[in-house]
Amino acid sequence: MVNLSDLFARNGTLCRPWPRVSVNEAEWTGLCTELAAGRLTLSALFGDRIQGDLGAVHMALLEEATGRLALASLPCPTGAFPSVARHHPPAARLERTIRDLFGLTPVGAPDLRPWLDHARWGVRAPLGAATPDAGAGEAYPVLPVEGEGLHQIPVGPVHAGIIEPGHFRFSAYGETVVRLEERLGYVHKGMESLMAGRAPEEAARIAGRHSGDATVAYALAFCRAVEAARGVAVPERAHALRGLMAELERLANHLGDIGAICNDAAFAIMLAHCGVLRERVLRASARAFGHRLMMDRVVPGGVAQDITAEAIAGMKALVAEVRRAFPALVRLYDETASLQDRTVSTGFTKPDYVRQFGAGGFVGRASGRGFDARRALPYPPYDRLPFEVPVRSDGDVNARVWVRIREVEESLGLIIRLLDTLPKGDITVPVPAGGGEGVALVESFRGDVFAFVALESDGRVRRAHLRDPSWFQWPLLETAIEGNIVADFPLCNKSFNCSYSGVDL
Amino acid sequence: MANLQIANLLVQGTQMLLVLALAPLLTGLVRKVKARLTRRRGASVFQPYRDLARLLNKEAVLAHNASWLFRAVPYLLFAATWVAAALVPTFGTGLIFSWSADLIVITALLGSARFFLALAGMDVGTSFGGIGSSREVMISSLAEPAMIMIVFSLALVAHSTQLSTIASVMVAGVGLRVSLALALVALAIVAVAENGRIPVDNPATHLELTMVHEAMVLEYSGRHLALIELAAQLKLLLFISLVACVFVPWGLAPAGAGAGAVVLGMASYGAKLAAGAVLLAVFETSIAKMRVFRVPDFLGAALMLGLLGTLLLFVSRIL
Repeated sequence: MVNLSDLFARNGTLCRPWPRVSVNEAEWTGLCTELAAGRLTLSALFGDRIQGDLGAVHMALLEEATGRLALASLPCPTGAFPSVARHHPPAARLERTIRDLFGLTPVGAPDLRPWLDHARWGVRAPLGAATPDAGAGEAYPVLPVEGEGLHQIPVGPVHAGIIEPGHFRFSAYGETVVRLEERLGYVHKGMESLMAGRAPEEAARIAGRHSGDATVAYALAFCRAVEAARGVAVPERAHALRGLMAELERLANHLGDIGAICNDAAFAIMLAHCGVLRERVLRASARAFGHRLMMDRVVPGGVAQDITAEAIAGMKALVAEVRRAFPALVRLYDETASLQDRTVSTGFTKPDYVRQFGAGGFVGRASGRGFDARRALPYPPYDRLPFEVPVRSDGDVNARVWVRIREVEESLGLIIRLLDTLPKGDITVPVPAGGGEGVALVESFRGDVFAFVALESDGRVRRAHLRDPSWFQWPLLETAIEGNIVADFPLCNKSFNCSYSGVDL
Repeated sequence: MANLQIANLLVQGTQMLLVLALAPLLTGLVRKVKARLTRRRGASVFQPYRDLARLLNKEAVLAHNASWLFRAVPYLLFAATWVAAALVPTFGTGLIFSWSADLIVITALLGSARFFLALAGMDVGTSFGGIGSSREVMISSLAEPAMIMIVFSLALVAHSTQLSTIASVMVAGVGLRVSLALALVALAIVAVAENGRIPVDNPATHLELTMVHEAMVLEYSGRHLALIELAAQLKLLLFISLVACVFVPWGLAPAGAGAGAVVLGMASYGAKLAAGAVLLAVFETSIAKMRVFRVPDFLGAALMLGLLGTLLLFVSRIL
């Protein structure tokens, strides 16, 4: 048997701060059985081309008990690799993506339908052989659901509201959902091709656009991976400012989500009040960092903009205002019986699934998985900051709202703490050009963002992969809605608030 | 006698035009108050008129497989709702149509309008239309019996099912009655359900999967949609007018009254509508939408209250 310690024991200096080790097919399959047994958590699975045209797959494995992470790499000279999903279902969509982008076939995979490739790109396997293709689109066989009285409800990809595009196929018995199948990939932007061959500074801007609502976390994950690859020590002040931005992003998104979830139960007053608070956070962020979402403010080597004393005062006033207004909103949420009637016991996510999929963020924490990258694999500035990771076990929409409420409170505390202990000094150091590989795991408001960056010897990005937390949350949404009624789907969906753009790459 | 007939005809004619003219304003007012309650400035109260004008000027897009029914329903719906709204005394009781059509007819008119809309929802064969129709029928199958029970309660008190008579009896004074209080609560619930307001349905939602009324009319556009919207606005006006004329009938101009009484009636009607709009907006803001399967419980309560009111009247004349 192969386990994580074996990987660590090997000479895995290729990659920093966690090792990347080449394995053979037997070891690969051994690791898959470790995943299936629940001793390891799948953190990422992505394709690559090493040494010219040789295809390879990398698998990032996390040992939650010890907070260790390692990458196993399998070269695929025949253009095929043993399927992980065959043993461990959470890998299914990741493997289908590898097949779409690199043309590498997972042997024995339970599902070989395309995922991101809707046959409209004009090319097959764009990161692999890149063979031209007519690209007129092709029919996508949805999973069959059989039984008397069942009917299908196709929803999307164009929706009535201002949300991202995704297709949802409901098989329903009257109002009860028997199965939901998601189809995504409509906002494929070719992020990985765009990042390849660019200088890290440029690629960081692209990384920050995987999912715009989590731009700080994405840029941070990418930059941390680049800095790890080059062995760069970022100044303390930059760490603190990065933490500040990450918490502001979490605060803004959670406030927006809490209001939006209530609005999906037609309780618009929560959306109105939370919307005002979110707007205050965005404006304070714009004043402090020059951009409402703080896009492109985290750069390789540090941060792009320092905070002024005036902005610090503004930030403290913001925290005071949110602290004044938020408890009343929490009471309003908690004491409105009609709202509680909608959120309590709706969209239950099984703790077993959450553990199996390694779902992070509020989805995981509402169903008993307390994993938080800021705590489990601490990175600055969180390694010196006290904070609570709220965990609940009820797993319903209400629990996901409460995890957000508690995290808002924690973020407010962290912001004040970061402002009070802001170190002096530089905000950036130059990143010397050169090769290397780096990995990072950063907690976004949705959950952990994984980043892998391989740099050429001239410093350009050879391969960068960022894995959105939603990869492991979208499939759980399909399970959460089962047995619920069709009309409760928007509420469940909003409480998950998965990223479309982040997984569509 | 002839003069009275002409006066009543005038009152009836004015009433028909009045409800048509006021219905969009009422909806605009509800939206405005809701916007103000959720810290928004909100569109002008006259926005619904502009929306209707815009829709009327737009091309009506039809699905390829839409049948004649799909095209006919907006007109049927609008006509039935308009007639029903014209039968409810608003500023005066001297409505000549009132003698030919009573509260049961109003219920039936609304019922048939809904029947055709539900058919139209299924006509094009989209899944949302089907969902909307199925939910609408589930809701109405409980709202209609409740409505009939309310009608019976009122009829037992006023010894008539004609709204003009009921209103006159109410003005004359019947005292505080338990049965009427039950009927009022039941009517409020039915009104909320019939008009697709929160907590039964959310008229402002963009979530296709949660829609009831909006899901049925998703395929409509242009003048068809304008008629459907106007019918919905008329229906809201109808129900607020109904509550006003039965439970707060003060200020209603009696049959054959002079101009002064009519002006007073109009002023008090305007005030009642405004109060109704504000109350509705406050209620809708303070409550979340209920789960689809709770709606039968909610409407079941209305049915039971209506039934209880009727039974009480059988037991005792003074309750």
